Amino acid sequence: MLLRAGSVEITHAIAAAVAGFARPGDMIVLAGEMGSGKTAFAQGFGRALGVTEPITSPTFTLVHSYDCGRITLHHADLYRLERTAEVADLALVELAEFDGIVLVEWGDVAGASLGDHLEVRLGVDTDALLSGDGDEELRSIELTAVGRSWSRRWDRLNTALEPYRW
Amino acid sequence: MRDLKREPIVPGPDTLVLGIETSCDETAAALVMGGADVLSSVVSSQVDLHADFGGVVPEIASRAHLDVLNPVVARAIVEAGVDEPRIDAIACTVGPGLIGALLVGVSAAKAFALAWDVPFVAVNHMEAHLYAAFLEDPTLEFPLVVLLVSGGHTMLVEMRGHGDYTMLGQTIDDAAGEAFDKVARYLDLGYPGGPAIDRAALDGDPEAIRFPRAMIDVGLDVSFSGLKTSVINHVRRHPDVSSADVAASFQAAVVDVLVTKARRAAAQVGATGIALGGGVAANSLLREELLGACATDGLQGFLPSRAMCTDNAAMIAAAGWYRLGSDGPSPLDTGAHPNLRLPLRA
Repeated sequence: MLLRAGSVEITHAIAAAVAGFARPGDMIVLAGEMGSGKTAFAQGFGRALGVTEPITSPTFTLVHSYDCGRITLHHADLYRLERTAEVADLALVELAEFDGIVLVEWGDVAGASLGDHLEVRLGVDTDALLSGDGDEELRSIELTAVGRSWSRRWDRLNTALEPYRW
Repeated sequence: MRDLKREPIVPGPDTLVLGIETSCDETAAALVMGGADVLSSVVSSQVDLHADFGGVVPEIASRAHLDVLNPVVARAIVEAGVDEPRIDAIACTVGPGLIGALLVGVSAAKAFALAWDVPFVAVNHMEAHLYAAFLEDPTLEFPLVVLLVSGGHTMLVEMRGHGDYTMLGQTIDDAAGEAFDKVARYLDLGYPGGPAIDRAALDGDPEAIRFPRAMIDVGLDVSFSGLKTSVINHVRRHPDVSSADVAASFQAAVVDVLVTKARRAAAQVGATGIALGGGVAANSLLREELLGACATDGLQGFLPSRAMCTDNAAMIAAAGWYRLGSDGPSPLDTGAHPNLRLPLRA
């Protein structure tokens, strides 16, 4: 599912719509190059779950956790990690299993070790940017269900995100 | 069974506290006397673990903390030149940080406390950073504004007294140190990014590119995510741009924002001075500009050494000494708290 976000506000709105379908145990992988809006997506997602404090980048601190009442939102970042053993030490799958929702920036590097997940791939329109009159804020957001957990919700998610289709 | 409850001890100038820190990348131990006199401060990344263990030790791993904690504590005790029975209390970071990493330090600290029959004191890592400045200059006067800038944090805290803090502002997205690191990586300047930008900027023109200073005119919060994206977009559009100019202009924008906010904070709360903390406190332009601003505004400017600004256990021991006096020993069923926030004034 390919979506178009013309501003950071629309990235937040798309993230909020996805959050509406999220449930405890979910793993959501955020992929895309530096500056593509992974943390912005996490901010929109967390706001929708009721997080009121600033949702800041976990690049150096590795995992930030936010108490959202019934569930806990864990926001992780694998950018600094170099070995798969280090990813295992963050125990992201276990955090999800304990009534958590886990968002993992640069999670695509961990691949299959994260199990069933939703991949959110953010992209910058480099061609438009280079042509000079390009929109610096324009982002593509591509959603892919990996495994059965998200496939079951796919039709409803698809309908909810219809207004943002590229 | 022995009664674990004991009379609160009143820490004095001779009270020797062993500090233990395992909240993130670093395994650290230190012995600090009277909350001020650092007898030893050992950080695992400074120790040649390859030589000690004959293999690669992963940096970010609970297992790594487990492997090196005992040798690091032992070295701190040997370097301090004291015997174990001389230690009066064990202070340890209980949060914020990674749960697995924190648990290694907390479990060990409680075990030491039980084995040596001395109090255990739970310490908040962020509070300890505020004490780093006091370790090098105990004469600092309240109210003080502390600008804490590292890879993981960017915050302005008003310190009115020991244990009496107000969070004045913080980053709403990326920490300043993270922006340095990511821009350095994008420009291929090397790692760690802070010193690499600092070096590259020496040959560049800080006014070559006018990068945005987000939210500089209002409030005390900061934002560096847009600046990072702006640098990346500029380099994409101008692939032949001088990296030195980009580094210098980027650094000027970050420092401009930080110093402007710190001055505003100090004026707002009527502070006597501004102290720097965190790894970015090593940045030469930030040090120079902050001292200049303090001189202009009639404030005391305090710049601790790099060893005291980055994660270490001496600050944990110092904060523990103060907490022991204000709150007494912590119970031995104290757990690790990954989301611990700075204890703020009610």
